[in-house]
Amino acid sequence: MMLRRRSALLGLAASWTCGRASLALAGSGGGPDDPRLVVIILRGALDGLAAVTPYGDPDIATHRRDLLLPQPGREGGLLDLGGFYGLHPALAGMHDLYGAGQMLPIHAVAGHYRSRSHFEAQDYLESGADRRLDSGWLNRAVAALPGRGRRPDGYGLAMGLSVPLMLRGPAPVGTFAPAGSQHPDPALYSQIAALNAADPVTGPAFRDGLRARGFSDSVMEAVAPASGDGRKPDAFSVLSAAAGRMLTAPNGPRVAALEIGGWDTHAGQVGRLKGPLSQLDRGVQALRGALGADWSRTVVLLMTEFGRTVRMNGTGGTDHGTATVALLMGGAVAGGRVGGTWPGLRQDQLFENRDLAPTTDLRAVAAGVLCDHLDVPGGALARIFPGTGGERMHGLVRAA
Amino acid sequence: MQLSGVINRFGWGERGLVLPQEASRDWLAAQLQGPDEARFTGVGDTADGLIALRTQRQEKLQGDPLVKPILRAEIATQLDGLLMTGQPFRERLAWFWFNHFTVSLRQGSTRGVVGAYMREAIRPHVTGRFEDMLLAVMRHPAMLMYLDNASSIGPDSPAGRKSHKGLNENLARECLELHTVSPAAGYTQADVTAFAAILTGWGIDMHADRPGFVFRGKAHEPGAKTLLGQVFPEGEEGGVQALHVLGTHPATYRHIATQLVGHFISDTPAPRDVARIVSVLQASGGDLGAASLALADLPDAGRPGGKFRAPMDYATAVMRALSLGGAPSGPDDPHAPAHSLLDAFAKLGQPLWTAPLPNGWSDRAADWSAPADMLARTDWAWRMAAHVRSGDPLDIAHAALGPALRRPTVLAMRQAGSRQDALTLLFSSPEFQRR
Repeated sequence: MMLRRRSALLGLAASWTCGRASLALAGSGGGPDDPRLVVIILRGALDGLAAVTPYGDPDIATHRRDLLLPQPGREGGLLDLGGFYGLHPALAGMHDLYGAGQMLPIHAVAGHYRSRSHFEAQDYLESGADRRLDSGWLNRAVAALPGRGRRPDGYGLAMGLSVPLMLRGPAPVGTFAPAGSQHPDPALYSQIAALNAADPVTGPAFRDGLRARGFSDSVMEAVAPASGDGRKPDAFSVLSAAAGRMLTAPNGPRVAALEIGGWDTHAGQVGRLKGPLSQLDRGVQALRGALGADWSRTVVLLMTEFGRTVRMNGTGGTDHGTATVALLMGGAVAGGRVGGTWPGLRQDQLFENRDLAPTTDLRAVAAGVLCDHLDVPGGALARIFPGTGGERMHGLVRAA
Repeated sequence: MQLSGVINRFGWGERGLVLPQEASRDWLAAQLQGPDEARFTGVGDTADGLIALRTQRQEKLQGDPLVKPILRAEIATQLDGLLMTGQPFRERLAWFWFNHFTVSLRQGSTRGVVGAYMREAIRPHVTGRFEDMLLAVMRHPAMLMYLDNASSIGPDSPAGRKSHKGLNENLARECLELHTVSPAAGYTQADVTAFAAILTGWGIDMHADRPGFVFRGKAHEPGAKTLLGQVFPEGEEGGVQALHVLGTHPATYRHIATQLVGHFISDTPAPRDVARIVSVLQASGGDLGAASLALADLPDAGRPGGKFRAPMDYATAVMRALSLGGAPSGPDDPHAPAHSLLDAFAKLGQPLWTAPLPNGWSDRAADWSAPADMLARTDWAWRMAAHVRSGDPLDIAHAALGPALRRPTVLAMRQAGSRQDALTLLFSSPEFQRR
């Protein structure tokens, strides 16, 4: 995980990829007190009702009894967030942050778009608009910062993989990829093995090839990999720790974007969510550890392209939906509570009779962080999020 | 004949979402009837490569400082051509014939001329007569160096008597075995020796202002020689006549017809298909354009998936499907599209212009479908797919495979949570491994 000095010449940001997770960085100006922002995109649509479950809602059990975890305090139960919501037990590290007042879930958020296509919605999410733009909101935010780009050292690292749309734009961005560790993850390999299973040439080749790499037969039979699954080292944690180290460097970047997949739980959701959620939880802890004292100046924003259906589908999973949860974490976050406006789950409260109804624009959450944490001028918001009137949520960040 | 089947079987996979409008056979025919549209930039000719080699030797320069830039420029412009070509059938024929007449970088002195060889000896003849290509190949310095003929000396020639050196049979043997009649013609060691003697003196003048082919009478074995029962006169003309006989020999037509059918139709060429191509070659005097087009009329020509993609096919098809490439690749830019492709060929087991042996690369499934090969393809495709940050992967899939795209692949792609995963599934599907 060496960062190459040579590539410092190449630009202002860096992107890493590792497993299904990747990281991009951008720099900004400022002194030792300057704020850090980490944006984590959860690609594939996280079920917000599973991550932050409104167990106090009277209607939830009718929609998704078989997806519900036990109430807080029971064996394997939710981790309580103040009596109405409960956090998924795989997110124990985040629950500790909540207890320390450093974690703030915001429920029933959605972008302005209503696409249920992953690819369109991810484009819109990253564009910060209800259409696809050529640049991303985070890049435009960095470009709007006064004094950006004065860092002489430690930025651009161009090594092959790509920069997410969110960080593309006027502020130059390079890429970096840790050598030798770039592979699809076991879940994707297992799908590929299944896709080829019946082929007389490629079927045996994939099967034997994956076995030679130490994959179990269950992976090759497309059984969902167990949570954690003992893989070493956890790619997302490695990446998160690297991001944290770079963000603490005196002249390093100040804004990082990471991504992590595994959320598209159309089947067997209860089992399949544990792995990605624990990975995410470990990653946040690794990030916090690597940031050290700078954690107090950090906001981590977790966002996903849309939520999932309120009702369970026929295969123990959920399909593409609308509103979901966004999570803010970090020493600078005014946390220890759940934000947003709960829309309710009664039949007539659902969006299009199937989804959690959106009550907060995800862009207002991001805008609140950009202005109150990064000090992005409020006047730039209309450029960063075209089509909005510069609306933003207040009170997300602790007063300095 | 299905258009998408033709596009993949006879071409390199189409770029992006734009499919050619013409009916399939006309589309193929137009590529062969029009001129070669490939334009190569930043490269010279064979003489330039030989001058670079000569200067390096004379001045004892270490590290290939003059030849390496020539090779890099050839790689950049020729792989750009492969990525961008609008005449993919013609382009496939060019690479097929290069492979038939392989010159490999494993023989170090060819580095400065291998690219020029492709452009000068192969490309101009892919729709011409086979015997013309054969003659151009056999006189090209790249081949004369690769298969050692430049140092073959008639033992009874003045140079042979003086130096006590003799024949090198390498080129003569491979020309009979691989390039022309093949062992099926039943030639003997005496024929190989005679042909080697016929070719003595075919060498390279490295000292000329513009170095290149030369016939060295002083190294030529005196007297008439008998090859395959025919007598050929002493001198350069004997070699030209021998190559005319070999280049139009019925056994040669059968051999190259079998190779063409093997490359374009099936790993196990059907005798009926081979016979059809042989008859076209016979009737046309070895017209490769006519024979190539006749391949498209064979019954199985448009059936999707009949051929397994070799690494070069696979990597090129992936990059074309993703519309990668466009601006000319800088010869020294490691991130340029041509270098991504070059890197892929090497990683997937088929490094450019580096076949292990004079018989070139295999185009049979069994040679490219080992477990490690498949995983290497998936891992590489996954890294390429990371570059794709727009568009619907299913559109790319339909454009790339047409009706060959299978429902399980579509379903798996629909369930994928990211473009990168969806495209990796496409490029790892059994149907994408084939053309």
